[in-house]
Amino acid sequence: MEKRTPGFWVLTAFFALFMLFLYGPTITIGILSFQGEGGGLTFPMRGFSLHWFRDLFQEQAVGDIWGAFRRSFALGLMVMVTTVTVSVMGGLAFRKRFAGSGMLFYLIIASLVIPSILISLGVGLIFNQFGLKIHWATSGFGSQLTWTLPFGLLIMFAVFNRFDKSYEEAARDQGASAWQTIAHVVLPIIAPSLIGVGLFGFTLSYDEFARTLLTAGSYNTLPLEIYGMTTNVTTPVIYALGTLTTIFSFLIIGAFILTVWIMGKRRARLGSDAGKGV
Amino acid sequence: MQILKNRHVTGWLQAAPLTLILLGFLVLPIITIVIVSFWRATEFSIIPAFSFENYEFLFGSAVTWKVFMATFRYAFITWVFTLSIGFTVAYYLAFHIRSQPVQIALFLLCTIPFWTSNIIRMISWIPFLGRNGIANQTLISWGVVDQPVEWLLYSDFSVILAFVHLYTLFMVVPIFNTMMRIDRSLIEAAYDNGASGWQTLVHVILPLCKPGIMIGTIFVVTLVMGDFITVRFMSGSQRANVGRLISNDISLLQYPSAAATAVVLLCTVLITIAILLRFVDIRKEL
Repeated sequence: MEKRTPGFWVLTAFFALFMLFLYGPTITIGILSFQGEGGGLTFPMRGFSLHWFRDLFQEQAVGDIWGAFRRSFALGLMVMVTTVTVSVMGGLAFRKRFAGSGMLFYLIIASLVIPSILISLGVGLIFNQFGLKIHWATSGFGSQLTWTLPFGLLIMFAVFNRFDKSYEEAARDQGASAWQTIAHVVLPIIAPSLIGVGLFGFTLSYDEFARTLLTAGSYNTLPLEIYGMTTNVTTPVIYALGTLTTIFSFLIIGAFILTVWIMGKRRARLGSDAGKGV
Repeated sequence: MQILKNRHVTGWLQAAPLTLILLGFLVLPIITIVIVSFWRATEFSIIPAFSFENYEFLFGSAVTWKVFMATFRYAFITWVFTLSIGFTVAYYLAFHIRSQPVQIALFLLCTIPFWTSNIIRMISWIPFLGRNGIANQTLISWGVVDQPVEWLLYSDFSVILAFVHLYTLFMVVPIFNTMMRIDRSLIEAAYDNGASGWQTLVHVILPLCKPGIMIGTIFVVTLVMGDFITVRFMSGSQRANVGRLISNDISLLQYPSAAATAVVLLCTVLITIAILLRFVDIRKEL
């Protein structure tokens, strides 16, 4: 093995500092959420307690946090399922050029770069003009899709660009119908990437703020509720909430990554039966 | 059934849900904003009209120009920092980490914050930057300053710090992606011809990373230009950018005026993107 250059150690130190920069603040509020009852928003810690977590479970102290969490969770699942389904279909469509595909591609990129507040404002105005009631599950749901779908589609494009078409040809040669080829050959091969798309769909929706701001209606999602708290809550209860939802996010991310990892292991263990005459 | 075999028809059917969602929640809202930007507003309602008064007011006001300049400034400074940090991190991951599992693990560490809440990541700077925060306590105990530094929180400094904190990974990911695709024999060839490490970096790796840098730039610039929440929260409502101009109008129910500002912002962002896209073909980079 080659010897490490001094440059390596400088860069390692840089990377370590970057990690500290990324995670330091999160760890800080993690610690401060255990602030004692008389403590404030900054150090020093005045004792160590679960007081602020207890506060979270008393509705009058913080508003309807749990309702907001349930709505965000449900919305996250809705967005996740839709994002995966629509992205796979879109990915399949883009494998061949069709009339209008170029235009649609630019629309996807536009969806990614257009400031979120424009979507929020525009959707809000439409619902207003047509006399429809804005609600997190209708206007909020649609607005969030304009943020999650581009990510899902970009992943699908990357996946299909690297997809080995000979698998499909083999399936067709053996008499599989178009639908059978997709269901039994294409989907299982791209399954790990679909989990990735699902991760984007759920987490981006769960944390989305700007696009839901004017489209959620009278029932807030969790990020909106947290944002509301920042203007009128001046106790560490907001850190306790931040810590809990960050832990929840980490669990979700961990579950997705673990699933992909297990799938990879299983695949490696079962291996390919090519050339074995099965 | 013959019609289903036509590649255009198959494509349309498969792309139909996507197209409908984008038409309904992207194209239609933008059209509505453009239309409403010509309307008039009273204190209580908005009235359909075809008037340029919103635009006249917008372009006639010195505040608008100042705020647009501030928005560009935020975007530029954030771009410089995210690019230099993002490039360094991606370079370290791609060329200095030799074991693939370690590489994947470190890469994931860089991306995980992307899947957590931006608002909480902003809130988490308070105990660090506040008047009695960790930064001030440290500076005072080291004897660097005797009074707490006031500009750490609720200033341009904290706004840009938060932008860099939130968006650096948008640089890391595409740059890392292009770096991983660089043919390693090119780097060996550079060394064999006597290039130093620095020369290889500047003359071989950097030019080959241009597509990744461009994609990262598009992300960072559009996110910063369209932002309103980071500026509002991290500056304690003391600084403004275009997004805040829009959200202020919205909270005053001045929708036509908000829409006009939104149209100008949209055009600015699209022109910026169009310029950036001249340097990269996104479809080739996926």
